[in-house]
Amino acid sequence: MRSLIVGAIVLMIAAGVPAAAELEISIGLIDREPQARLPLSSLEPVIVDDGLEGARQGIRDNNTTGRFTGQTFALVHRRLAIGADAALTLRELHGQGLRLFMLNLTAPELLALADLPEARDSLLFNIAAPDDSLRVSDCRANLLHTAPSRAMRADALGQYLAWKRWTRWFLVVGPHPGDQAYAAALRRAAKRFGAKIVVEKPWTFEAGAARTDSGHFNEQQEANTFTQVADYDILLVADESDTFGEYLNYRTFLARPVGGTQGLTATPWSGVSEQWGATQFQRRFREQTGRFMTPVDYAAWLAVRSVGEAATRTRSADPSVLRAFLLGPDFRLAAFKGVPASFRDWNGQLRQPLLIVSPRVLVSVSPQEGFLHQFSTLDTLGYDRPETTCGQF
Amino acid sequence: MKQKQHKTWSAATAVLGVWLLTPAAADAYTVYVSSEKDNTITVVDGETLDIKATVKVGPRPRGIALSKDQKSLYVCTSDADHIEVLDLATLKVTHTLPSGPDPELLALGPDGRLLYVANEDDNMVTVVDVEGRSKVAEIQVGVEPEGMGVSPDGKWLVNTSETTNMAHFIDLATREVAANVLVDQRPRVAQFTPDSKQVWVSSEIGGNVSVIDAATKEKIKVISFEIPGLRRESIQPVGIRISDDGKRAFVALGPAARVAVIDTATLEVEKYLLVGQRVWNLEFSPDQQRLFTTNGVSNDMSVIDLERLKVRKTVPVGRLPWGVVVAP
Repeated sequence: MRSLIVGAIVLMIAAGVPAAAELEISIGLIDREPQARLPLSSLEPVIVDDGLEGARQGIRDNNTTGRFTGQTFALVHRRLAIGADAALTLRELHGQGLRLFMLNLTAPELLALADLPEARDSLLFNIAAPDDSLRVSDCRANLLHTAPSRAMRADALGQYLAWKRWTRWFLVVGPHPGDQAYAAALRRAAKRFGAKIVVEKPWTFEAGAARTDSGHFNEQQEANTFTQVADYDILLVADESDTFGEYLNYRTFLARPVGGTQGLTATPWSGVSEQWGATQFQRRFREQTGRFMTPVDYAAWLAVRSVGEAATRTRSADPSVLRAFLLGPDFRLAAFKGVPASFRDWNGQLRQPLLIVSPRVLVSVSPQEGFLHQFSTLDTLGYDRPETTCGQF
Repeated sequence: MKQKQHKTWSAATAVLGVWLLTPAAADAYTVYVSSEKDNTITVVDGETLDIKATVKVGPRPRGIALSKDQKSLYVCTSDADHIEVLDLATLKVTHTLPSGPDPELLALGPDGRLLYVANEDDNMVTVVDVEGRSKVAEIQVGVEPEGMGVSPDGKWLVNTSETTNMAHFIDLATREVAANVLVDQRPRVAQFTPDSKQVWVSSEIGGNVSVIDAATKEKIKVISFEIPGLRRESIQPVGIRISDDGKRAFVALGPAARVAVIDTATLEVEKYLLVGQRVWNLEFSPDQQRLFTTNGVSNDMSVIDLERLKVRKTVPVGRLPWGVVVAP
């Protein structure tokens, strides 16, 4: 055994890789049991391990590199029952020595966890919550975001629509707080990229059970009447819970496309992407899981790979060392989207291109050409440094 | 003779304002370009730059390499999961070689019999016997193996892995990984110097080139690139070629649409040459007077005059040109 270890160290020296002692890095993932609900379309399987499988792929990728650098990565997953307190779980894992956590939780829960005494010496990654407040006013120094914000998604779509010169928008807003927040992000994007919201209407119709015989008559009639408005270029729908947006497509009074949360969408990841080496990445994931990678899986993968990349370069598992490297100028992550991803040092948001997709193909990638920025064109998506009030991040 | 040739050229350029062919017929040669999107190999006369033929091959041809006898071309048809062998006399695919899934880049060993292929999908380098037409070995490497460089002395194969961010030194005698050198993000191409003493590795997302000492496996220098008016993200080094005399290296910088010219003695960038969009791979003419570049987004090939270090002409080829090879 000893000779094996000595052999390994000699090999590492020969390899020009510093002979760090074997380093074990455990990353926690805390998520919540999904609420049972029928998906809108029977073509889409119910995903019960959203985020978890992405994290697992990240761990596999990190460990392949780790084989050569003497680092091993492990995932510790905790799934909270509906109503269970996330703080207890974070404390438990902290007690086991974990200091790196991925969180697939809501914004209030994220803040509660980030403010725990145990979280002071930890680094947390938000892999799902899109709330702009977490990136603008309610930032936390120990909370980084690999999931894009609503503003980033709205801006990515807004830039593409500006390129198309589809600048007269018909905004349809659902009843949930998330729908309202996404609509607010779209209004902001309209102002930034020279579009005009010519009509805005709240959606109040309850579509009801999707499987009823002849149920489509309802939606066909309702959507047709609902969309009899003044002329516009594209209908943008804010329906984050995916209950009605899809019903508007092909049913509008005028022959106009639908985008936003359904139809043409801006997303950090989609099964349709095959560029920049994504083919292999997607195939690896599908072979392991039998399904496509979702945006939350992708955000989890980004978090694990960010930790892996920082640990490889700094030879450390210390959260403060990793954080400093991640927010510093030398961190660049190959994220299968053509340009490196990196963290904004003013609010901990991962800057990344967003894909503009229809359900079956990649339509475009934002930022669009011509939208300029003094530092990085990626910072034309979402809230920029001067717009945030995070202070000493 | 050389002097005379030079004069003819200058006179012709001055009078006609176009680039005429140089007269020496003896060193005629052919350029082959793989077009990833069109599934073709474009055959270009190296002197006149006329397109002589466009050959349909299997789906998504990327890495291409010349056989040792220079009579056939090995084509990684990535989506067909094998290598096609194109006979250069008849321009017909005569047979295929097994390669493992999704072959992307390949390198021929110095004996001309063994072909080393990177399989992006299964973290392997496959060793293929081109005469026996069979797989003879598989070597486990990092995630998404990509770049393949064989040292001219036949001792080393350097493979890069895109997600692991390493250059793996494979001892060709034992076919074992002997050393791993950490480089910057998404390493794409590994190219040895003619004396086999250094290997140069381009990092597409890292935006630089690591120069590694083949004996000590230490990085001698990491060369970075700065082009006024261009953002850091757009500088994405991929293809590398080093001149036969070992004095100059050329690096294709992808979306930056430039080829960097590097002095190998000082390891400093001498000059940036503006070429087509998303410049990917490079190859010299046999006389080392010209350098050909594949420009993926502008669907063309730039021709660089190496004596003057100027881009002389752009030749439209198939869509998404990827690999380029020159044969006498």
